[in-house]
Amino acid sequence: MKIKTRIEELKRGIGRLAQSLGPVTIMEVCGTHTASIHRYGIQELLPDQIRLVSGPGCPVCVTAPRDLAAALAIAKQDNVIFTCFGDLMRVPCGEESLYSLYENGKEIRIVTSPLDALAIAQENPDQQTVFFAIGFETTAPLTAALIEAAAEGRVENLSVYSAHKTMPQALRELLQNGSRIDALLCPGHVAAIIGAKAFSFVPEELALPAAVAGFRADEIMAALFIILEMLCQGEKKCVNMYPQIVTEDGNKEALALLDKVFAPCDALWRGLGEIEGSGLGIRERFRDFDAAQRFDLLVMESEEPKGCLCRSILQGRNIPTDCVNFGQACTPQQPLGACMVSSEGSCATYYRYQRDRGE
Amino acid sequence: MPKKITLAHGAGGEAYRELVQEIFLPAYANDMLRPLTDSAVCAAGEKIAMTTDSYVIKPLFFPGGDIGRLCVSGTVNDLAVSGAYPRYLSVGLIIEAGFALETLVRIVESIAATAKEAGVSIVTGDTKVVEAGSVDGIFINTAGIGVFTPERPPLPQKIAPGDKIIISGPMAAHGMAIMAARENLGFNPPIECDVAPLAALVDRVLESGCQVNAMRDPTRGGVAAILCEWVTPDTDIVLYDSLLPVRPAVAAACALLGLDPLSIANEGIVLLSVPAPDAERALAALQTVDSGKNAAMIGEVKKGGGAVYAVTDYGTKRKIMMPQGELLPRIC
Repeated sequence: MKIKTRIEELKRGIGRLAQSLGPVTIMEVCGTHTASIHRYGIQELLPDQIRLVSGPGCPVCVTAPRDLAAALAIAKQDNVIFTCFGDLMRVPCGEESLYSLYENGKEIRIVTSPLDALAIAQENPDQQTVFFAIGFETTAPLTAALIEAAAEGRVENLSVYSAHKTMPQALRELLQNGSRIDALLCPGHVAAIIGAKAFSFVPEELALPAAVAGFRADEIMAALFIILEMLCQGEKKCVNMYPQIVTEDGNKEALALLDKVFAPCDALWRGLGEIEGSGLGIRERFRDFDAAQRFDLLVMESEEPKGCLCRSILQGRNIPTDCVNFGQACTPQQPLGACMVSSEGSCATYYRYQRDRGE
Repeated sequence: MPKKITLAHGAGGEAYRELVQEIFLPAYANDMLRPLTDSAVCAAGEKIAMTTDSYVIKPLFFPGGDIGRLCVSGTVNDLAVSGAYPRYLSVGLIIEAGFALETLVRIVESIAATAKEAGVSIVTGDTKVVEAGSVDGIFINTAGIGVFTPERPPLPQKIAPGDKIIISGPMAAHGMAIMAARENLGFNPPIECDVAPLAALVDRVLESGCQVNAMRDPTRGGVAAILCEWVTPDTDIVLYDSLLPVRPAVAAACALLGLDPLSIANEGIVLLSVPAPDAERALAALQTVDSGKNAAMIGEVKKGGGAVYAVTDYGTKRKIMMPQGELLPRIC
């Protein structure tokens, strides 16, 4: 019950701090934080004026329709074993999804680690195994390890389609101008790789207080407490509240591996558009393992859905119902923007809330 | 007999008769099947319960069970939770030509053993063989008949404010066992499925004299799906996170894959809604049977507005939604 007592204390502390603050909006940018906040009902432990919003931290949600279309195009080819994480399967792409291809007999396998794809490729030497890589700095090192292992072991029937993204550039872009976000809850898993220091730009460039947080209820509450304390005192720092896992400089081996295999590239984010330097492209020396090179893929138009307000919803400047597509062209069954893809996205939450109230 | 099933085994001729005489009849041994007439003639009460289910699970054998045990348990449990005594089953097989006879024998033995365990008779059956590639190995359909007696009428299947929600054992074992076996998730030791016929378990509760307002077999969609079906516009169902039973290995696998055990399929548990004054007695009755020894009271029905939620360990509420549906097909 120690955690419970700690949470009670933090709840009281946050309540006290909130008395001297107006409305506060804090953004988390990690899918696991979003899930924990929902799982533990954190919002209910906070005073009404403290609002938690989800940023572009769900890797499935921010995967651009163009990349998803490329994935489907590869998965449809004969003699291909297509591997990916399970949560990507249901995301619709036009009339289709990876799930619908699977239903129609295409060989699509769910893996829990990128390295599983290596074993699949080795067991099926006559077929092309492709891993569809999504995720942030947390999963990218594992993809790098996969590519390195494939190169070293000359597993030539394996390739990777990289839709990996990196967090700092996207946050800069999103929060630089006109955002109504007051503080940032920084992702503990990403920070474990890139280091707490990598988020120092949040106070320095964006003038927002930030805290790197773990994923237990008490860890999230402790980070929120520190953030509110900084807001009360007008301080702007990035505090590492997850020091047992996160160091200042991050995981050097993982960073070295990332740098060996990947180079920063521009990336397309669903609902946010193209963000300079926010993606990880496979380096030239590993191009033989790049599925984008190996397969003939038609380059799709990278047009954003018309009228999608994802960007300004994430910035806190609009609410989901401001969007012309909301509940019309954009629904959880057929999402246009990132905020509608995950059940915890801002738009999906709004949609469900309205439906439950019979509106 | 040849080592592999051929199209002739489904053609109604000599090979078919050999299959029936040498494999099915000895395994299922009972007087209603033995005459091999076009339909079985069985005794029944005034009211019967009838159900059917098709089993297309992949893989056919998995830690803790196989398609044979599953195809009997699944149908028996559907009958049992309606309040009926499960009595008779039909077994329809659709087999791919080239299927190993040895594997068929293993499945038939498992069907026979599970039927014996459940106290039901296999009274009729059918076998079709289709060309290789037309089905994946073997698909099985079972239909079942259960009987009601004046002392054992159908359950109301309607929850009421003041009910306690009781679960007969830990959740999510079936779904996670199949996912782990199918996707080679490599858990060591492997996650065991809990598939079992639950007629005896249900008997204990109903014979204890408890009022049971509703009882279901939380298969696809898990416990969450049943609770969302049960809840009415003027009730809320409240669960308590600290009371939800999940085996540690299953909980770890769910956490790893980001899945909620509440929405994962089960084949070896029942979910009950019992008026509070009878709840302790129902729980004690469940716990007298091996498959119910970890039964637990996990929540309650209150007056409300049609919400299903869990109270977390920190006193906050988490809404429970109707699951989207299984990510993987062919889990049962």
